[in-house]
Amino acid sequence: MLNTKFRILAAFALLAMVFGIAVSCTGDLSTTPIDDNITTSANVYESPDDFEQVLAKLYAGFSVTGQQGPAGNADIQGIDEGFSSYIRQLWVHQTLPTEEAIVAWNDPGLPDFNFQSWGSSNDFVMGMYSRIYYEIALTNEFIREAQQRDEAVIQQYLAEARFLRALSYWHGLDMFGGNIPFVTEEDPIGAYQPEPTNADDLFAYIESELLAVADELPAAGSVEYGRASRGAAWTLLAKLYLNSEVYTGTQRYDEALTYAQNVIDQSGYQLADNYDHLFMADNDRPEVSREIIFPIRFDGDNMQTYGGTNFIIHAQIGGNMSAGDFGMDGGWAGHRVTPDFIEILNENKVDPFLGTTTENPDGDPEIYVPGGYQAASGYTTNWTPAEAPPLVSDDQNNVYTGQVYFAIAGAEFKFTAERNWNANWGGANGTLVPDGSNLVIGDAGLYDITVDLNTMTYTVTLIEASAPEFADSRTNIFTDGQSLEIESVQDFNQGYTLTKWSNMTSTGQPGKNLQFADTDFPMFRLADVYLIYAEATVRGATGGDINRAVDLVNELRERAYGDASGNITTGDLNLDFIIDERARELHWEAHRRTDLRRFGQFTGGDYVWSWKGETQEGAPTAETFDIFPIPSTDINSNLNLTQNPGY
Amino acid sequence: MKRKLILMLVMVFGFSAFAVSAFAQSQITVSGTVTEAETGNTLPGVNIVVQGQPDRGTATNLNGEYSITVEPDAVLIFSYLGFIRQEIAVNGRETINVQMQSDVEALDELVVIGYGVQERGDNTGSVNVISSRDFNEGAITSPEELFQGRAAGVTVTSNSGAPGAGATIRIRGGSSLSASNNPLFVVDGLPLEESGISGMRNPLNSINPNDIESITVLKDASATAIYGSRASNGVVLITTKRGEQGQPLQVNYTGRYAYQTNNDRVDVLGSGEFQSLVNERFSESVASNLGSDTTNWQDQVFRDVFSQDHNISVTNSYKNIPYRVSLGFSGNQGVLKTSYNDRISGSIALNPSFLDNSLRTELNFRGSRINNRFADGGAIGTAVSFDPTQPVHVEGNNQFGGYFTWLDGDGSPIPIAPANPLALIEQRNDESTVHRALGNIKLDYDLPVAENITATLNAGFDYSDVGTDVLGILNSSGKVRVPENAAFAWTGGGDDNARGNLTDYTQSKENELLDFYLNYTKDLEDYDSNLDLTLGYSWEHHEERGSNFSRSANTDLDGNPVDVFNDTNYATEYYIVSFFGRANYSFKDKYLLTATLRNDGTSRFSEDNRWGLFPSFALAWKLNEENFLQDTDWLSELKLRLGYGVTGQQRIGQGNYPYLPVYTSSEPTARYSFGNRFITTLRPEGYNVDLKWEETTTYNIGVDYSILDERFFGSVEAFYRETEDLLNVVPVPAGTNFTNRILSNVGNLEVQGLEFDITGRLISTENTFMQVSFNATYTQDEITKLTTVDDPSFIGVETGGIAGGVGNTIQVHSVGHPRNSFFVFEQVYNNEGLPVEGLYVDRNGDGLINDNDKYRLESPNPDLTFGISSRFEHKNWDASFAARANVGNYVYNNVASNNAIFSQITNTTGFLTNPTSYIFDAPFQNAQYRSDHYLEDASFIRLDNVSIGYTVENFLDVVSSLRISGTVQNVFTLTEYSGQDPEVFGGIDNNLYPRPRTFLLGLNLNF
Repeated sequence: MLNTKFRILAAFALLAMVFGIAVSCTGDLSTTPIDDNITTSANVYESPDDFEQVLAKLYAGFSVTGQQGPAGNADIQGIDEGFSSYIRQLWVHQTLPTEEAIVAWNDPGLPDFNFQSWGSSNDFVMGMYSRIYYEIALTNEFIREAQQRDEAVIQQYLAEARFLRALSYWHGLDMFGGNIPFVTEEDPIGAYQPEPTNADDLFAYIESELLAVADELPAAGSVEYGRASRGAAWTLLAKLYLNSEVYTGTQRYDEALTYAQNVIDQSGYQLADNYDHLFMADNDRPEVSREIIFPIRFDGDNMQTYGGTNFIIHAQIGGNMSAGDFGMDGGWAGHRVTPDFIEILNENKVDPFLGTTTENPDGDPEIYVPGGYQAASGYTTNWTPAEAPPLVSDDQNNVYTGQVYFAIAGAEFKFTAERNWNANWGGANGTLVPDGSNLVIGDAGLYDITVDLNTMTYTVTLIEASAPEFADSRTNIFTDGQSLEIESVQDFNQGYTLTKWSNMTSTGQPGKNLQFADTDFPMFRLADVYLIYAEATVRGATGGDINRAVDLVNELRERAYGDASGNITTGDLNLDFIIDERARELHWEAHRRTDLRRFGQFTGGDYVWSWKGETQEGAPTAETFDIFPIPSTDINSNLNLTQNPGY
Repeated sequence: MKRKLILMLVMVFGFSAFAVSAFAQSQITVSGTVTEAETGNTLPGVNIVVQGQPDRGTATNLNGEYSITVEPDAVLIFSYLGFIRQEIAVNGRETINVQMQSDVEALDELVVIGYGVQERGDNTGSVNVISSRDFNEGAITSPEELFQGRAAGVTVTSNSGAPGAGATIRIRGGSSLSASNNPLFVVDGLPLEESGISGMRNPLNSINPNDIESITVLKDASATAIYGSRASNGVVLITTKRGEQGQPLQVNYTGRYAYQTNNDRVDVLGSGEFQSLVNERFSESVASNLGSDTTNWQDQVFRDVFSQDHNISVTNSYKNIPYRVSLGFSGNQGVLKTSYNDRISGSIALNPSFLDNSLRTELNFRGSRINNRFADGGAIGTAVSFDPTQPVHVEGNNQFGGYFTWLDGDGSPIPIAPANPLALIEQRNDESTVHRALGNIKLDYDLPVAENITATLNAGFDYSDVGTDVLGILNSSGKVRVPENAAFAWTGGGDDNARGNLTDYTQSKENELLDFYLNYTKDLEDYDSNLDLTLGYSWEHHEERGSNFSRSANTDLDGNPVDVFNDTNYATEYYIVSFFGRANYSFKDKYLLTATLRNDGTSRFSEDNRWGLFPSFALAWKLNEENFLQDTDWLSELKLRLGYGVTGQQRIGQGNYPYLPVYTSSEPTARYSFGNRFITTLRPEGYNVDLKWEETTTYNIGVDYSILDERFFGSVEAFYRETEDLLNVVPVPAGTNFTNRILSNVGNLEVQGLEFDITGRLISTENTFMQVSFNATYTQDEITKLTTVDDPSFIGVETGGIAGGVGNTIQVHSVGHPRNSFFVFEQVYNNEGLPVEGLYVDRNGDGLINDNDKYRLESPNPDLTFGISSRFEHKNWDASFAARANVGNYVYNNVASNNAIFSQITNTTGFLTNPTSYIFDAPFQNAQYRSDHYLEDASFIRLDNVSIGYTVENFLDVVSSLRISGTVQNVFTLTEYSGQDPEVFGGIDNNLYPRPRTFLLGLNLNF
C-alpha cells in the first residue's frame, strides 16, 4: 500500500516539477531586441537629442533610401531601392512625361513615362506614392510624440515636421489628385483603411498647416542649412496658391503673389552669382546656398544613395561625355532631351549648323557626302547617299563646293556621284581615289568642302567649331555624337543631352566620392519665386507690379547672359514667355509637369512634343494623365479608395 | 595482424573484469541452425557473439550451423548483413535455432518518429524511411543528396554544381508562399538550425553523410504535427550510426576519389564569328573596339578537378559503453577555378545503459571545420558574354593586374562594362573557415516508482560560427580580399578614390534545446488493446550575432582606409516553448488510432497571438488481419491509413520582432546633414501586432501494401493540403504603417497530390539479389486567396526577378493559378517560324498590346516526378543505379533573353558583349524579356548515378571485408530544353554553376 501511495506521490511530484520548469520558461517568449542598433519605441523619445535623430530621419526620407547607404536596409519595399528615392521619383514623375527629358532604359514601367501611358500597376507610380505616404506616416508619428512635450526646441522640430508633412501632402495633391487617403497624427498605426479626402479639403489642410507653422519656423539664416525655415513654408504656400485653380478650380493668385513677395522681401535670400554653381558638388557654399530656400541634401560619403542627384548626374552621362568631367565614375546613359525642348532652350535660335545644306535653287549638278556623321549631324541615316548633303557645281565645271556639318570629330565620309554608291571616291591627303578608303574629318564643326573632279583633289576647311555658343549660359547642351531627333527612344545617342548637373566643385575638383554625388537638390530656390511673382502678376494678382516683375526676370536673365543683352521689356512678359522661361531657368529640377499642367499644355493636343503619346512626332494624350493613378496596390488594400477617373 | 593486436589490447585493458567474472562460471555448449525466415534456407556466415564479450564469437558454417560454448545466462547476438540483428538469451538451453528476418522494410522494423519510435506496421502516418543501404552512391557531401529521387513526394534539387552547395528540398511541394518552404531537419532528436551561416554554402554540409544510419521523411500532418509550428513543410529525421551493446570491434574505412569535369558550355559565338557579326551590323567606330584574339572565356574559367573523401569509423563497446567514433575528411575542388570546399568532421556517439538497462543514455557530439573559397559566380555569366576577341591578359601592361579591362576615354574602367571573368575569379579571394558543433545528451529512464512510464530528457546544442571564436579552440574566419588594382573595384586613380575591397565578417549562431517527455505504455489485455501515451515539453533558444567590416584596400597617409563601405553588427534571438502529447491506441492489433496535440509558443509574435494549437488524428486499419482476407496468403500487408492534421509555420524570414515597434539607427553612410553636422537618424520600423501562425491543414489517405512474402511492397497515397492565413508580404494601406509592405496573414493556398511507390525484390536467391524501386508523384498547387479584399482585377504579386534591366520579374503569384506562374506575352512568329520582335498576341482583343495582354503560362514546378533505382548483387559483385524524371517543369531561359540581343552587343560607353548562338533563333534587336518564346518545357530524365562494386571477404587476413567500387554521377540528361541544364529550382535559368560529371573510385574496408 505504502508503495503504491509513494509511487503516486512521486509521479505527481515529478509532473509538478516538469510543469514548474515549463511554465517558468514561457516567460522567455517575451523578448526585446538585443541589438544595440535597435531601440524599442518606449525608449526612443527621451531627450531632445533623441527627437533630433528622428527628425533627421524625416528629412533623410527625402534624401537616402534606407538606413544603410547606398542600399541594403530600404524604407520602401517592392521596388529597387535606388528607384525608391524621393527625389529620384519626383524627378521621374515631373520630368520624363514632359518635353524636358526622355529615358533610354527599359526598366519595367519606366518607358511609360516617356509617352504618358502609365497605368495603375506601374512600379514607379507605386514608388512615388509609397514614398509620399511613408513620409506622411513618419511625420505623423513624430508629431504625435512631439506634441506631448513642451521643450522649445522640440516645438521647433514639431513645426519642421508639420512643414515636411505638408510638403508631401502637396506632392500627393499635385501628382495623385485630391481623392487620396488622409491620415494625421490623430490616426493610429496598424490595420485599418483610411478614408480618402478631397481636393478642397486637402488644399485647405495643407494651407492651414503651412500658415500655422510659418510663424513657428525660424527665419531664414537663423537655422542650420538644410532645415526648413519660414521662407520654405512661404515658398510652398506661394506654389500651392499659384496652382490653386488646377487643384480646386479657384484662383488664388493674390495669395501666391503675397507669399512670393514675403520670400523676396523678408527672407534675405539672394541669387547666386553663377547659375552653373547651383548644381555642383559644393552648392552648399553660402555664396550659392543663399539662393536655395529648401535643399534636399546629399553627400558622397555620409548620405549615399542610388537616387537623388546621384541618379540625375549619372543618368545624364553617356555617349561621348566624359564621366570624369562630372566628377563621377561613369555614366548610366539614360536621359536626353527632346528636340522640342532644344527649341525652348535655344531661345535666340542659335543654329548649331544641324543639317546645314548647300542650297541649289538652279538645279546645278551635285555630288553627295555620305558618312558616319550623318545621323548625329542632322542628315538622318548614316552612310546613306540618298539622305546625304550635296556639294553643288554652280559653274557646272566639275568643281563642287558646299557646307557640311560634322557633329562628330574624326567621323568618316566619302563622296558619291549619285544618290547611290555606284560611283564613289575616297582617298587621303587631298587626293581622291575611286572606291578609295574612307576620308576622315578632324574636329567637329561646320566645314567648307571643295571637290575638283577634274584634278581628283578635295579640300575641307573648318569654318566654325560645332559646340554652339549659346548666349544664355543656362543652355548646357551636349551634342557631340548625339543626334537632335530621336527615332529610337532606347538609343542614348539620339537626342541631345544636358550637362546641367555635376559632382564637380566650382573650383574644378571632383566631389568626395566618384560613386555618389555631393550635390544638394534645390527643392525650392529664389529664382522659382521670382518667376512666381512674375506669373502671378501677369495673371492679374492684386498688388502685382509689372515693372518689378520684369526686373526680377531680368535679374535672372542678366545672370544667364552675363550682361543685359538678354533683357526683356514689359511687352515681352506674357504667359507664353513665362512658361518657356521657367523651362530655361528650372529645367531638370522637377517642376515641369506641374508647370505645363497649370498652362494646360501637359496632356491633350494643344502642345505635343516628340514621343508624347508614343509617336516620334508627338500625339495628343488623354486628360486622364494629368494626374497619376492611385496604385493598384493601395486600391486593393484600402476599400475606401476610388480610382482616379480614366484609370 | 593489426586487428589481432587491437583485439588483444582491448581484451587486456578493457574487458579483463568481464573476462574474470565470465570464466568463473561453468559453461555449456549451445548449437543450432540459422535460417532465413522467409525462405527457410540456411544462412552461412552469420556472426554470433556473446553479449558483453566481443572477443568471443563464432559464425555459421556452410550449412548454417553453429556451436559455441558460453555461460548458461549468456546472451547471444546474431547478426548478418541485410538481416535484423537478434539478441537471444541462452537461459540454459543447448539448442537454439534462429530465423533471421530480412531488414528490408520489415513490418516490425522500428521507425523513428517524432519523440519516439514505432514499429513500421503500427505506423499511421505518411512516412518514408531510407536506410543506409538504399542511399545514393557517389561523391556525396551533404545528407540530402543521399535520398534524392528515393521517396515519392520528396524532390531534392541541387542548387548548383559548386563544391559543398546545398539542395532545395520540397516535401509535397511545400505549403508556404513567402515564408520558408524547407522541411525541418532533426538529427537524433535535435532540430537543426535551418538557415546557414555566412561563409558556408549549405547548413547541412556539417553533417557527414557517412555517419548517417537512416533518414525518415515525415510527409503528412498526422506524422509531423507533433512538431507543430515547424512542421508544415514536412520533417526529415536523421538517425546517426552508433555502437550497440556487446558490439564487436569494427573499424571501417571509406575512401572516394573523384574526377569531376564540366564539358558543357553555353553555345556562344566564336571569335571569328563575333568579328564578322560586329563588322557586318555595326559602324566602324563600334567595330574598332574589336580585338584580334581568340579567347574561349568559358574554357578559361572552368577546369577539371580531383576531389577526395576519406572516412574512418570505429564502432565498439567499451565495457558496457557502446561507442562509435568517426573522423572524416573531404576535399572538394570546384570546376569553376579557385573554388573549393574542404571539410574535416568528427563525431562521437556513446550509448551506455545503467541500472539494469532501465536508464539508457545517448550522447552524441559532432563537429566540423569547413574551409571554403567561393569563386564569384558572376564570372560564369561574364564568361558567357565576354568579347571573345579580347585577350585574357594585356601583354606588357600591369595596370589592373594585367587583366584585359574595358576602359573609357579617360583610361578608367567602364563601371557598367562586364569585368574580366578571370580577374573576377582570381582577384577576388573570398575565403572562409566555418565551425559547427552540435550535440545532445538523451536520458531514457524507466521510472522505478511508476510502472510502464519512461521519462526522457534530451538536452542539445547547435553552435556554428565564422570569424568569431565561440568554440574557443580554433579560429574561424570570413574574409574577402580584392586588391587595389582590381578593375572591378575601382573608383578612380586619385589618392581619395577607394580601390579594392577588404571585408571581414563574423557570424555566430547558438541554439539550445531542452526536451522533457514522459511515455506510458500499457497492454490492456482485458480489452485486447494497446495504449501508448507521450506527454512532453520542449524549450528552444536561438541566438545569432554577426558583423561586417568592409573598406577599401588602399589607405590614406595615416594608414586608414580611404573609404569604409560598411561597418555593421547585429544581434537577434528568439525562443520557442512547446507542450505536446501523443496517444497511440491499437485494438486487436487491427485498428490503430494516433492522436497528437502540440501547443507552441514563439517569441516572434505578440502575446495575444503567440500560442498555436496543432492537433492531428490518424486511423489505420490492417485489412489483411481481417477474416475475409485471412486466406490470402499472398497478401502480407494491406493497411488503410486516414490522416488529418494541422501544422504551423513561423519561419517568417522577417526578423524576430515583426510585431514590436522598434527604431533602427542609420549606418554612417545613411545620415542626414543639418548645417555641417551629420546626424545619425532613427527610423521607426513597420510592425504588425496581429501577426500569427500560418496554418496548414492536411488530409491524407494512404494504403500500404506488401505481397508475395514481402517480395513487392509499397504504398499509394493521396493528399490535400490547404494553408490558411499565409504569411505573405502584402501592401499596407498607405499611411497606416512605417512601411508600404508588411508581413501579414493573408491568403490561402491549396496543394494536392498523388504518390505511388513500389519496391520489388525481383531476385532473391542464395547468390543473387535484385531489387528495383520506383516512385511517382503528381502534385498540383493553386493560390485561392491573396488579398484581404477579393478583387478579380488584381494581377497578383509579381515575383521571380530576372537578369536584365532593374526590377524585371517573370513570374506572378495570382489567385486561381499555381505559385510562381510565368507571366508573359504570347509571341507572334513569322512564316519562317522566327519570332517577330515586339509583336505579341492581343489576348484581350482590345486592339492594344499592353500589360493587359500578358498571360500566365505554366510554372517551374513539375507536374509529375519519377524516381527509379535498382540494386543488384551477385556473389561478390554489386551494381546499382538511380535515375529521376521531371515532367512539366518549365524554365525561363534568361541566359538567352539577356544575352542573345543585338542591341546588347554594343554599348555607347564603348565595350562589346558576345551574344549566345540563340541570337540566330530569335534575332531580336532589343531585349524582349517578357516574350513566352524564352519559356520552355524543361522536362527531363536524368541518370543520377551508376555504380558497380566488388567485395572481397577476409582480404589478406587483416581486412574482414573490402569493397571496391566505381561510380559515374550525373551520367546523362535527356531533355528538349535549349539551355545548359533543365533542372533549375525556381525555373529561371541564369548561368547556373554547372553540375559536373563525376567519375568516382570508392574503397570501403572493414577491419
